[in-house]
Amino acid sequence: MDETVSIVLFSGTDDKLQAASVLAAGAAALGKPVRILLQYWALDAFRADRISADHGLCPEAGEAGRAAVDAASKAGVADWADNLRTAKEVGDVEVQACSLSMDVLKLKQSDLDSLVDGVQGVASFYINAGEGQIIFI
Amino acid sequence: MANLDIKLKVDASGLSCPLPILKATQGIKTVESGELVEVIATDPGSVKDFDAWAKATGNALVEQDSADGKFRFVLRRK
Repeated sequence: MDETVSIVLFSGTDDKLQAASVLAAGAAALGKPVRILLQYWALDAFRADRISADHGLCPEAGEAGRAAVDAASKAGVADWADNLRTAKEVGDVEVQACSLSMDVLKLKQSDLDSLVDGVQGVASFYINAGEGQIIFI
Repeated sequence: MANLDIKLKVDASGLSCPLPILKATQGIKTVESGELVEVIATDPGSVKDFDAWAKATGNALVEQDSADGKFRFVLRRK
């Protein structure tokens, strides 16, 4: 069985980035290789000058959701970028930027945070994913 | 409780999922094969997570107990 977990990360709000970072970090801790492809708004959130900014929450969060997430961060829930950094330290985790999204957003790799390992097209994403699971967030 | 020779203690109290297993993974890489790491966590999900973590990684969960809202795990590096 192919153990690789591949995550297509499309959404750029902090809640979805957080959910993806938890899935990635958990898989890394279990020893599974993790491959993350950043597209569109997720890619935008990985810009070096914005990665620590507030990226908001998805619309269904509402005000009560916002308050719950704020309380959780105060209580010490790790930031998604920190989760990914730790996951990369302990496991085999690779973060790639989708080359089409790079074009659309007019980004160069030097614009991105060091969490991003490189730029990748969809064919190489599928080859790396092999027969393993693919998660879209 | 047996008197175990713990090489490393990892305090993951107050940390939420997935940090307890991430910290444990970080910690166990710093000890030798056969040595023990003790992890303290307060995340209730960590009980099932350490069981799964041990099965997936092949490191052994030697002891597990809880008291006063804290969960204690003793792990042996494979």
